[in-house]
Amino acid sequence: MSDKTQRLEIVTPEKKVFSDNIRYLIAPGAEGELGILPEHAALITPLKIGLLKFDHDENRIIMTVSGGFMEVRDSKITILATAVERLDEIDVARAEAAKMRAEQRLAEKAPDLDVLRAELALRRALNRLNAVQ
Amino acid sequence: MASLRDLRRRIKSTGNMQKITKAMKAVSAAKMRKAQEAVLSARPYAKRMRGVMGRVAAASGSVNHPLLAVREPNKVAYIVITADRGLCGGFNSNVIKMAAQTLKNTSGEISIIAVGRKARDFFKKAGYKIDMEYVGLGDDIKYSTAREINSNIVNKYSAEEYDAVYIIYSQFVNVLVQKPVLIKLLPAEAPEEGQAKQVNYIFEPDSPKEVLAELLPRYLENAIYQGLLESKAGEQSARMTAMENSTKSASDIIDSLTLSMNRARQAAITSEISEIVGGAAALE
Repeated sequence: MSDKTQRLEIVTPEKKVFSDNIRYLIAPGAEGELGILPEHAALITPLKIGLLKFDHDENRIIMTVSGGFMEVRDSKITILATAVERLDEIDVARAEAAKMRAEQRLAEKAPDLDVLRAELALRRALNRLNAVQ
Repeated sequence: MASLRDLRRRIKSTGNMQKITKAMKAVSAAKMRKAQEAVLSARPYAKRMRGVMGRVAAASGSVNHPLLAVREPNKVAYIVITADRGLCGGFNSNVIKMAAQTLKNTSGEISIIAVGRKARDFFKKAGYKIDMEYVGLGDDIKYSTAREINSNIVNKYSAEEYDAVYIIYSQFVNVLVQKPVLIKLLPAEAPEEGQAKQVNYIFEPDSPKEVLAELLPRYLENAIYQGLLESKAGEQSARMTAMENSTKSASDIIDSLTLSMNRARQAAITSEISEIVGGAAALE
């Protein structure tokens, strides 16, 4: 891999999560996984629930992302994420509980059920649990 | 002149009050630090969001989207954010004053979305229509609150129940300065940031419209969230400043009361001595 790097910034509404130079990034774009290398063409896409993978100081870093946006421009990637977590930050118990709750809600099929919301909650929980395993 | 006993009592009660204001100051100082940290760490996201929003709007040209639809402003909604509690100087009244002034100059049907007990109480008393109220949000501002407010106003705007939505809150400039601001949320306008440079984006999915449809609600949500955070940080720092001032003026009052007490005591002693001297002179 070449030594060229690009700037990656990951921000959530609460805080700046990551800001440094990286070589590659794999992100769950709205239309499928995207690999971003330095000097990528300008791009904007919503992100799906999934994993962000990139290298930082010879380490491979994996983070879960619960949706958001990615902008690529002049070898600078900005990720506006709803929520991101490093693998060691994931609260397994909370994710398990969220999964149970969402599954229960979907199974009960209450008339006022927001199916989309429950499904999204379930997918976020599964994403976190899968990432840990 | 007040009696010695009265003065002693007043010094004591002022001292007790000072203890309270001092404790409140310490509490709000700690809360302020937290709120300030929250608002500062939320600013990068807000800034980038505005940048992306501006560039996407510039790149996508004129797009039809329900949230961009400009209508005759017959039904206007104002989100007014204040604190739940008082004792924070002019913080609440500054926001309310600005809001009341703005409302007076608004023609058409007005709805209020009150955030914070002070805003709700004021506008309820003033006889405005309160569509939604959010009180007792606590010291920890949650993003989900902003999301909830946003989805409510977006629904009403899409249903044409509102023709325009504004947000009024107090911006946290620094610990001593909070500035009430009025910001237009809907119809959404692209921020100026990032407008200058036109970037030829690849859009995924391949239409700016869909990207914009995803981006716009997030953008509004964030604007509301930012307002909530700024207001919270402002409230805490205003309270801290107010409590510091009251602690200081309690000290001043105690000082001047102590002075008059000493004078009164001295006067009593002097008159006692002259009585004794007078009595002794009468015996000679």
